[in-house]
Amino acid sequence: MTALDAKIPPGPLEEKWRRFKENVPLIGPANKRKFNIIVVGSGLAGASTAATLAEQGYHVDCFCFHDSPRRAHSIAAQGGINASKNYQNDGDSIWRLFYDTIKGGDFRSREANVYRLAEVSQSIIDQCVSQGVPFAREYGGQLANRSFGGAQVSRTFYARGQTGQQLLLGAYSSLNHEIKNGRVTMHTNSEMLDLVVVESHAKGIIVRNLISGEITRHAADAVILATGGYSNAYYLSTNARGCNATAVWRAYKRGALFANPCFTQIHPTCIPVGGDYQAKLTLMSESLRNDGRVWVPKKKGDQRAPQNIPEEERDYYLERKYPAYGNLAPRDISSRSAKEVCDEGRGVGPGGLGVYLDFQDAIERLGKETIQERYGNLFEMYENITGENAYTRPMRIFPALHYTMGGLWVDYHLMSNLPGLFVLGEANFSDHGANRLGASALMQGLADGYFVIPYTLGAYLSSQFGKKPKTTLLEFEEAEKRVRARLNSLLEVKGSLSSTHFHRELGILLWEKCGMERSARSLQEALHEIPKLRKRFWNEVSIPGSGASLNKALEAAGRVADFLELGELMCRDALMREESCGGHFRSEYQSADGEAVRNDELFSFVQSWQYQGEESEPTLIQEPLNYEFVHPSTRNYK
Amino acid sequence: MNFHLRIWRQADPEASGFFQEIEACDIPAEASFLEMLDIVNNRLIEEKKIPVAFDSDCREGICGTCSMVINGVPQGPGRGAACQVYMRSFKNGDSITIEPFRVKAFPIIKDLIVKRAAYDRIIQAGGFITEHTGGAPDAATTLISKKIADQAMDAAACIGCGACAAACPNSSAMLFVGAKVTHLSLMPQGQPERRERALAMVDAMDEEGFGNCSNYYACEAVCPASISASVIATLNREYVRATVIP
Repeated sequence: MTALDAKIPPGPLEEKWRRFKENVPLIGPANKRKFNIIVVGSGLAGASTAATLAEQGYHVDCFCFHDSPRRAHSIAAQGGINASKNYQNDGDSIWRLFYDTIKGGDFRSREANVYRLAEVSQSIIDQCVSQGVPFAREYGGQLANRSFGGAQVSRTFYARGQTGQQLLLGAYSSLNHEIKNGRVTMHTNSEMLDLVVVESHAKGIIVRNLISGEITRHAADAVILATGGYSNAYYLSTNARGCNATAVWRAYKRGALFANPCFTQIHPTCIPVGGDYQAKLTLMSESLRNDGRVWVPKKKGDQRAPQNIPEEERDYYLERKYPAYGNLAPRDISSRSAKEVCDEGRGVGPGGLGVYLDFQDAIERLGKETIQERYGNLFEMYENITGENAYTRPMRIFPALHYTMGGLWVDYHLMSNLPGLFVLGEANFSDHGANRLGASALMQGLADGYFVIPYTLGAYLSSQFGKKPKTTLLEFEEAEKRVRARLNSLLEVKGSLSSTHFHRELGILLWEKCGMERSARSLQEALHEIPKLRKRFWNEVSIPGSGASLNKALEAAGRVADFLELGELMCRDALMREESCGGHFRSEYQSADGEAVRNDELFSFVQSWQYQGEESEPTLIQEPLNYEFVHPSTRNYK
Repeated sequence: MNFHLRIWRQADPEASGFFQEIEACDIPAEASFLEMLDIVNNRLIEEKKIPVAFDSDCREGICGTCSMVINGVPQGPGRGAACQVYMRSFKNGDSITIEPFRVKAFPIIKDLIVKRAAYDRIIQAGGFITEHTGGAPDAATTLISKKIADQAMDAAACIGCGACAAACPNSSAMLFVGAKVTHLSLMPQGQPERRERALAMVDAMDEEGFGNCSNYYACEAVCPASISASVIATLNREYVRATVIP
């Protein structure tokens, strides 16, 4: 394979996107309706894409595995969405949002993509307000903003602690409008199980109806995946139970490159793990760090109740180590610091795996009412889960898997190396480098769906008139056969353990060996263990029932089987990247005071993997990152 | 902890269902209700028996996928969806009855899973603001008072789970419809389609076979998103307004 071409338009950074839009081939209104587009996923990226493309006149088939497009996991995002509006007059600008994002990503993303993201962020807010999204307002009626994880300006728009819900419902309402207009055909309870490639172009998908078990073929002029991230490879994460990597993984196995799989984000403020029965971890919005102070006892194994530990015996370690950013230090740094103090034996709560997030000072300063106004629903949620009242006793928090920056490789057009396959939102690798800043996931999902793909899709489609294949083609038949064979082989194992058993084991393995801290040794161990676990899975998994009707155990097992392969690629990728950057912290590459040491000379590239079949190791293809406009500096939040 | 479960089992929409008795033993008190069911299901799978089909996803109470009735209460005891119920709120040895939502417009698919596409279709009828991506004015041009924005947000918080209709003796969806109509009719952006929206959504609701509100307030009592029944009054006012004002 030849070198990867990211298709970044020439010219000054500020001009690239405008020039691209002015020169990209257009599809006329009369021709748009001749094109059929498949969108897989109905979260922020998928719903916004489906609605916008349909509005432009394309015919869209949108697929989601939920019973309704409104259930996608974007709905659970709490904190907010960034935009460089500078409504607060506090010095924000497109350049600053761009620079914060690229620096926050530890200089492992493309300048042009990130700049475009910062640019279109402004239009997203306009778009959402026009849909009726009830963003928080000031008394004068202006939009309210807050500062959010790692930002020194207040650029985050929010709707209480339910921003993701409100943005998704906005996109969902537009999607529904287009369903009513007949321009979107919605396929709910439908899981994509394979990508169909015809003459090296992505031209269709194979889908299983999760209620009837029926397998169907769908052809299109282009396939857009907006299927989210793969945090659930770790079993315990803040993702919903159903979040999975099956769509992107099957695309990878059909030839799409997987970029930076080891770039995973661990969120610092989640409710700690309680026991092995636990099905998922619950995130407490990072916005809590605006008013909460993070601390642990100075003494090891201090068993006193938090209120009995005097001020001078508390270690506000983030404020101590990072005076400029304090409790708002970026996610990777906050998470690792929490792990450090727990490793030292100063963690709190069951198993010593937790740190305090204390609101006492904020309540004294602002009053309980203000805190209630800002975080009421989060405090309620915390109390419901833990049985503890955070107004009187500090919350206990611990890092958990939350987001994956890695994903399918895409160029500036958001198209993968497979022509016709576009990948949007968390499912692609494009904008967050090695670490994502808070309130940037919603921004990226909507940027991709509302404002990028509607322009870039035309560049591909302009050469695709009349090329939509028939589903009777051999390629479709073979893909369907593969899907059926795989389902059958899962059902035929007839072992005695549930897929959850193996999923949990994989999760522990990845968390310990490829989690917050990785080393060559731990990764080699994981690379040794995962194939063994996979083998056991394929010999011992139990899936009662058949594939001919609703079978949740079959759905789960298929997803776990894919995670068992993806987990290995994550470790392989982490092993190759001999540096520490963002969420990827290799213990061999740290400074004397424990800070990450990046290696720009050797590793300033996107690490993409190409599938070479079951028996062979994937090959590595690099896309160098050229910094023309900013100078990669060492991240310093001190 | 140990529990005696009576769970509704129904193989498919046409099958006649029945209550199956299942013992849930050695359940940690800290487990959530759905984690208890996970444990039960994993044991069933390992015994090569068909696990209980139930819907859930985010397990944070926001996605609205949960659709079960616990001891007669849609979404179970306490505030929040079924995923927010914890076993510590039960007593050791309790008998717990678990069944699906019983609403004609939400047909049972299997065990505890129901089909709620009717709610999507009601939104399709008018639960949106017609706009055009890229054509929006700057967000700062329209001021919305904090009071109005807060009221709109209160209504917009609906998670679309269907517990309101499941709790109502009339299987009324008016809390759900009222929430959306209230949200959008409060927003300045929602004004141009205000009339058509109220009419179309109420028509769609009737066509789906949901009943009318006769002031039981059962919906408000079970709503996991704490939607106030006052949205039903708003819906009625919006509907009347739409029928008398051309």
